[in-house]
Amino acid sequence: MAVSVVLPRALLTYSRGSSTLELQTGCGTVADALAELGRRWPAVLDRIVTEQGEVREHVNVFVGEESIRFAAGLATPVKDGDTIMIVAAVSGG
Amino acid sequence: MPVTATTPSAGDVLLLVGTVKGAFIFSADGKRKKWTMSGPHFPGESVYALTYDERGGRRRTLAATRSFHWGSTIRLSDDYGASWTGPERQTVRFPEDSGLSLVQVWQIMAGPMSDPDRLWAGVEPAALFESRDGGESWVPVEGLLKHEHRPRWQPGGGGLCLHTIVPMSDDHQRMLIAISTAGNYRTEDGGRTWRPRNDGVRAVFLPNKYPEFGQCVHKVVNHPAKPERLFLQNHWGLYRSDDAGDSWTDIANGVPSDFGFAMQMHPHDTDTVYIVPMQSDEFRCTPEAKMRVYRTRDAGASWEPLTSGLPQQDAFETVVRDALTADTHDKAGIYFGTRSGKVYASNDDGDSWSAIADALPSITCVKAFVVGRSGAQG
Repeated sequence: MAVSVVLPRALLTYSRGSSTLELQTGCGTVADALAELGRRWPAVLDRIVTEQGEVREHVNVFVGEESIRFAAGLATPVKDGDTIMIVAAVSGG
Repeated sequence: MPVTATTPSAGDVLLLVGTVKGAFIFSADGKRKKWTMSGPHFPGESVYALTYDERGGRRRTLAATRSFHWGSTIRLSDDYGASWTGPERQTVRFPEDSGLSLVQVWQIMAGPMSDPDRLWAGVEPAALFESRDGGESWVPVEGLLKHEHRPRWQPGGGGLCLHTIVPMSDDHQRMLIAISTAGNYRTEDGGRTWRPRNDGVRAVFLPNKYPEFGQCVHKVVNHPAKPERLFLQNHWGLYRSDDAGDSWTDIANGVPSDFGFAMQMHPHDTDTVYIVPMQSDEFRCTPEAKMRVYRTRDAGASWEPLTSGLPQQDAFETVVRDALTADTHDKAGIYFGTRSGKVYASNDDGDSWSAIADALPSITCVKAFVVGRSGAQG
């Protein structure tokens, strides 16, 4: 079992074209999963979080169908088999 | 429209135009009558800073791009935009212990001629970054990052941004930077220490109108042949300093408004400066709905409107701080872009103008360079 991270098209440049990244390491929280993501695909992580480790203002992170903004943020728990989805917020100018 | 590479020759003018939706690269021969355009580069991303660097045998264009969602970075092209590096890692990063995160890059400036790998970048939140490898990697200038005034700097309408870098010595040991809203700071030691230099510059929005720092400076320019003399377009106020910023005097003589953003030095005449006045801070459009560039030829003692070829009725235009520039041909080309997406060009020092683009996205910066002329430009 693993945690899957689904990326938007804009980030495929940084994931060598893979739209779904599999994290084999057990991850207890979204923060753990992003840390593992950053070890393997640091350029992807740069686009999701700031240099202070905060999710960028106009990026949404979902665990299953739940936005982590309305859960426990980066402390939102994840378990084997979960899917984390990275989505560009519906915003822009 | 496809992105088509521009391939200028020596003596051609390269006009780099940043917009809120990407960058466009114009080029023309020395006559500057017929222009070709490539773009959009980085479609959908805002580009607030562009420069072109020929030092060290390069032909490098640098672009500061900001994705609304995925962050900001500096990209490089060595083939006039035919291809760009998309750095894997974000190259302009604040250290973790600073507690700061990059919003965007506002200015990229080539370093000294004697040090062709060195460049400067001004960013938001206000900080100065330095590259020592031609723009591929960047580190913050610690002396400003840890400045004791930082906790008291306040953001202006565009954010707390370091938007202007003015070299004042050949080796760039002496430089002035401008921050909105913190005002001017000068270093004498290549960035290790910085002192505010705002004596005489008004801050209309503060109870103390002449504080040590906290002014909303919009742009500062100087000429390499007379680096200690500075011209300043303020958030209300037009100033000159003859002592490297130690003191400032008002030079708003005969302009319809002393509010504005853009300011450009003439490339060859140390007394000639261009501005584009705006009506007020509440109505940031051209006064009287006339598109007028103002020029002084006597270091601010008087200003004349330049109108030939520019719309003189129903022209509610806005020209932002980096959207006015000059090339370095003997008869200088002067250029500006508007928030409504028009680019105007003059090939005769500003005496007459014509539109070379009229429907680009909202323009954030315009920078001009003569290819094969590697001195200070832009």
